[in-house]
Amino acid sequence: MATEKLAIIKAKSLTYTYPIGAKPAFEDVTLEIKEGEFVILTGPSGCGKTTLCRCFNGLIPHFYGGRLDGEIEVAGMRVVEHQIHELAQHVGLVFQNPENQLFALSVEKDVAFGLENLGIPREEIRKRVDWALQMADILDLRERAPYELSGGQQQRVAIASVLAMHPEVIVLDEPTSFIDPLGAQKIFEVINELNEKLGITIILVEHRLDLASRYADRIIIMSKGRIVLDGEPRKVFDSEEARLVGVGIPKATRLFQILREHRFNISEVPVTVEEASIVIKEALKRDRS
Amino acid sequence: MIEVNDVYYVYPNGVQALKGASLTVNDGEFIALMGQNGAGKTTLVKHFNGLLKPNKGEVLIDGVNTKDVSVATLARKVGLVFQNPDHQFFCETVEKEVSFALKNFGFEEGTIEKRVNWALNLLDLTQYRDASPFMLSGGERKRVALASILAWDPQIVILDEPTIGQDHAQKERLRQFIVQLNAQGKTVIIVTHDIEFVAECKPRIILMADGRIVAEGETNKVLTDPELVNHASLVLPEVARIFISLRDFNLPKDVVDIYDASKVLLERLGKTK
Repeated sequence: MATEKLAIIKAKSLTYTYPIGAKPAFEDVTLEIKEGEFVILTGPSGCGKTTLCRCFNGLIPHFYGGRLDGEIEVAGMRVVEHQIHELAQHVGLVFQNPENQLFALSVEKDVAFGLENLGIPREEIRKRVDWALQMADILDLRERAPYELSGGQQQRVAIASVLAMHPEVIVLDEPTSFIDPLGAQKIFEVINELNEKLGITIILVEHRLDLASRYADRIIIMSKGRIVLDGEPRKVFDSEEARLVGVGIPKATRLFQILREHRFNISEVPVTVEEASIVIKEALKRDRS
Repeated sequence: MIEVNDVYYVYPNGVQALKGASLTVNDGEFIALMGQNGAGKTTLVKHFNGLLKPNKGEVLIDGVNTKDVSVATLARKVGLVFQNPDHQFFCETVEKEVSFALKNFGFEEGTIEKRVNWALNLLDLTQYRDASPFMLSGGERKRVALASILAWDPQIVILDEPTIGQDHAQKERLRQFIVQLNAQGKTVIIVTHDIEFVAECKPRIILMADGRIVAEGETNKVLTDPELVNHASLVLPEVARIFISLRDFNLPKDVVDIYDASKVLLERLGKTK
């Protein structure tokens, strides 16, 4: 496609204060997220990242109340003018703890629930549920009760439920923090497929940058209610500011930084284990010859 | 000392969580109990303070069988901080929460006050003394849960998934705190699947899978063994993966953290310069 990708989320000078808050949860946030981007949103606890995501599907201001200043537009709709159920068809939200999101007696019913509420014809629901189960790689679990599943499987059910609504954007708030490493890896792979194959815009709120960074086009770091860094993962992780804010920079990048301080000659900043292996091998080979 | 001899445990719903677990933890050790969700880690540590009693086999704390004493007696020695702190709270202020057990154990007023002040200060919670635990953030609630247990100074401190929901700086503080507790001679047991956190702390690791102990050993040995790690459904730490890919260069294989890694690599390159 030659045309410039459109912004699916646009925020301008956005400031929000919770009803009981003395000061804003975030302040003066200006941000554009383009269709099909995979964005990681990170920053220390209490930096405002979860609160910002609540604006993307209208939970703020419609559910939480409080005071919202500035402009926010999602999929061409001004958030303040549209209800949560309208926005939910465009922006799906996946939470940290899947137990809070699942309630039906079978996986299939959980995934179909949102569609039934929209009054979508039965045949269409069946098709969409099959498709969503397949994309989340849980077709074999369709008859099972969600509470019998592992945390990783439950989280994929939550993702399928959101996916069945055909959203353009999926926001995931620390989706793997309760999940063991293999389960977490599987979840990131599923999310990556949704982004690459279906072009769904992904906004991933995450502390564990080592596992997720390889998939991201862009990292946004918030601190004390403001966006302090925004750019390509390699550049963001290698910046002095990222270290000062105190986010968990991937080990591959940190190892490289220590080596570079000692004049270890490596050109490109690695983000993943594979990249680090390649650059370190090259340096060792140079040393041999 | 904790001695676990061939313990079996079946939950009332029929799930067999422990299938012959045996291990020994000595006084002053720092242990990470690792394995995937459902491996039996939490079930096992609930046996250490007598919350659960074995269906078969036995658990001895300092030589005393947990079947022969009450949870309250065991709690004096063994403090367990739950994964979800909300399962632990019921008082209306942080101060009451932290002093609750001390009152139950029959400490004197003056001692209670001192111990509460000490614990709140230690965990940087003094400013929340009169706040409701439920109004605090997730990370703060975890610290209240920990303070309420440290207040009565148990010899064995067990932390179930302490890093969940903690950001980078909080994890670093937690790591320093654990090292400090351990240096004071306390036995510290963390239940976790946070591989990178363990790679930095370097405790003795006990790996569980399917209700049994499948391996024990130093962090550098266990977390660099792809077969063991795979058997426990975990993944290797990043640095271990980098070093496995460098195996043709005749470097040490038991490297799990970036400081050791950079030392090894700089030495190699320094030699020939």
